[in-house]
Amino acid sequence: MTEEAIVHGVEWTVKELFVYPNEFIYWSIQIVMYPYMTGLVAGAFVLSSLYHVFGQEKLKEIAQFSLVFSLALLPVAAMPLLLHLQQPMRAMEPLLTPHFTSAIAAFGIVFTAYALIVLSEIWFVYRQYFVEQVYALKNEPGISNAMKRSVYRALTIGAYDVSDGAIRVDKKAATILAAIGIPVACFLHGYAGFIFGSVKANALWMSPLMPVIFIMSAVVSGIALCMLTYIVIMEWQAFKQRRGGGALEASEIKGAEADVINSSTRYLLGFLVAAISLELLDLIFRGYTAMKSWDILRSVMYGKDFMNIFVLQYTLGNLVPFVLLLLPGRTMKRTVLALLLVLFGVFMMRWNVVIGGQAFSLSFSGYMHYEIPIIPHSVETFKEGLFGALTVIATPFVLFWIINKFVPSLRRNVGENQ
Amino acid sequence: MKWHVLRPLWVAIGLVGTILVARVFLVPDDFGIHGRNFTYGFHRLGNIQEWKDFPVKYQGREYCVECHEENVQSVNASPHEPVECENCHGPAVNHPDDVEFLPIDSSRELCLRCHAFLDYPNSSRAQIPHINNRMHKRRRECAQCHNPHDPREASE
Amino acid sequence: MTCSRRDFLKEAMGGTLASALPLSAFVFLSTEEAKAAIANSKVRWAFLIDAVKCTGCGLCVKACKTENEIPYDAPVTRTWVERYVVTKDGQTHIDSPLGGRDGFIDDKIRDEKIDPDDIAKAFFVPKLCNQCDNPACVQVCPVGATYQTNDGVVLIDREWCIGCGYCIMACPYGVRFFHPEHKVADKCNFCYHRITKGMPPACVECCSFDARRLANLEDPDDPVTKIITTERVAVLKDEYGTKPHVFYLGLDANVR
Repeated sequence: MTEEAIVHGVEWTVKELFVYPNEFIYWSIQIVMYPYMTGLVAGAFVLSSLYHVFGQEKLKEIAQFSLVFSLALLPVAAMPLLLHLQQPMRAMEPLLTPHFTSAIAAFGIVFTAYALIVLSEIWFVYRQYFVEQVYALKNEPGISNAMKRSVYRALTIGAYDVSDGAIRVDKKAATILAAIGIPVACFLHGYAGFIFGSVKANALWMSPLMPVIFIMSAVVSGIALCMLTYIVIMEWQAFKQRRGGGALEASEIKGAEADVINSSTRYLLGFLVAAISLELLDLIFRGYTAMKSWDILRSVMYGKDFMNIFVLQYTLGNLVPFVLLLLPGRTMKRTVLALLLVLFGVFMMRWNVVIGGQAFSLSFSGYMHYEIPIIPHSVETFKEGLFGALTVIATPFVLFWIINKFVPSLRRNVGENQ
Repeated sequence: MKWHVLRPLWVAIGLVGTILVARVFLVPDDFGIHGRNFTYGFHRLGNIQEWKDFPVKYQGREYCVECHEENVQSVNASPHEPVECENCHGPAVNHPDDVEFLPIDSSRELCLRCHAFLDYPNSSRAQIPHINNRMHKRRRECAQCHNPHDPREASE
Repeated sequence: MTCSRRDFLKEAMGGTLASALPLSAFVFLSTEEAKAAIANSKVRWAFLIDAVKCTGCGLCVKACKTENEIPYDAPVTRTWVERYVVTKDGQTHIDSPLGGRDGFIDDKIRDEKIDPDDIAKAFFVPKLCNQCDNPACVQVCPVGATYQTNDGVVLIDREWCIGCGYCIMACPYGVRFFHPEHKVADKCNFCYHRITKGMPPACVECCSFDARRLANLEDPDDPVTKIITTERVAVLKDEYGTKPHVFYLGLDANVR
């Protein structure tokens, strides 16, 4: 492919006042998407573990769903990186020659380990179902049934023992994995925060609080997404059932359960408060200590990015949903609105960290403005533009739809060996 | 003991094993810790020689004087002594083996780099003989009147 | 029995994670190799920039781009020159058009005309990679594509760099960039291909005012080393702990 040699970043960076010649916004929308998606993965898993490990019975249904959804989100967490790398064909190198002094290298190992944990846990939870399907499809005619059966056979990894003892052991293993998975999920997202927090050259990123802030807001976004998707799917199924012609019995489709939503909301609010407190603490400290970078940071945060930070993130994304979820007489519609705002708020937090950190020059004497490419006119403006971001957002839902065909996570009598 | 619980573990170990095997084929043999420590010295050793072999372009005045003694002596005796030949003539590279005639950059912009007047007090720039770009023989090439090899003389 | 199964699973998971470390990534040096590595440290390259002598002609930037094959019209450069104009009201006006590639011919800074009577002082500051002793860029490379040689120069392996940009974000001095053609990270390497042959870097060669000089800090007879060790010199942004090895004479407090 003959592409004109264009400096990466020049097409979407607008410089103001004095910026070093080599400075551009190198980490753009895909690097905003990447911690966002890994955060959703970690949050979905923690939500599932709240049931498996801490026995929160009211979260049982959503736990099943969020576990499988976190699997759908997992490959999507790596997508933004592949789209961002200037040499994507070399993407395996952090696993081949990891330089462990770099947070990104350690991340490759942690991410792989975490993927294995999620896959293993799902296996233990659904193994009985896989075995049942192998037997159920045995005498069914047709190529698609035969193919499905092959998939289920592969998924059993040859473990066909479904006696009571075996199922009990499965359940125990799932619980252990859920327990191990919580610190690994925290590690995973703590690392994403560490990637930014350890960059001493960037005045906005450098902070020991960054890993913790990232973990808290990751859990918030994960819980919110799972709740939202769960509500949408359950209400849609109930709607279809009411209209007549649904696949399952009416008694099974009751729409989103109020208990589940209430419990999940409590956890969401807890983590939300933690995330906001830490971010405000960081801001107050910076203003109080007024280091060399404070002048330019202040002009960015209170000036250029005031709308992004205080209106979109803190008010619309944190305060408004907080109030909406706490006011008495909470309806499903209000919950959905609050969840959407929370997801938006966490996205804005990632945006304000990544893009905001590049909004000022290393010289502390100039600014860079990010103009996200909307209509792509080259491979690069697609990958690092609006449509690249939309592709990343859409993929988990597509993957979930495919995975759900083999690992049904929304039926109430499947995977229920707990 | 229900041994089927270990099946995912075998899959995991298989995956890790695959990566370790892939390493043997995909990672160059000279990749490792060379030098100070893991933090600052983890790399492919062969790369150092690759950089040493990068082609040299600028050769320096000693290279030019071999054939162009007269011009070099003229420059050396003039106020332009600090100016390198290749600053105006471009890098020699393998001249005359690959390129018979090096380009001569006689543009006005080249001379203005040093000689355009900037009213900066106490700047070393003020010590260079200067002109006001907007006033002095606008848009004409300086070399039309001034001999670059000895700017005290008029050009031929 | 149940206790040991749980422990077994825990140990097994731990073992799996631990064995994920590719152990052969660690090449352990034998004593001979280690001695040989240290023996090379008879050279430690450093730079001396005289910010008083620099006239802002920009011939160094042009030479660097030509010597190191950086696309001439691309807005990235391995070295650059900044112009500082400090006015009497205390404001500092700074610019570096295309890194100073074409020199500074115009007295307007970003289309702003500054009255010469308002100027308190004005000067030029060349900048390049500091080849730090604690390079943050090397620390954050996830794959070992950038590293420091035994003589102190930080190099980039073009065949191995994945183009993540972490090193570019980690450099406090802004010297790194993505090479527009090779699509990997790039930066000044003191013209390593020249200095290892006894030639000066291209920018040092082409500077007419002696504003740029190369030094070998391990050679006590090197005249530039003598200046660095006996005269008052400064470095840029030493608060980051990177231990830069580009030293400045006449560095002003206004320099960013």
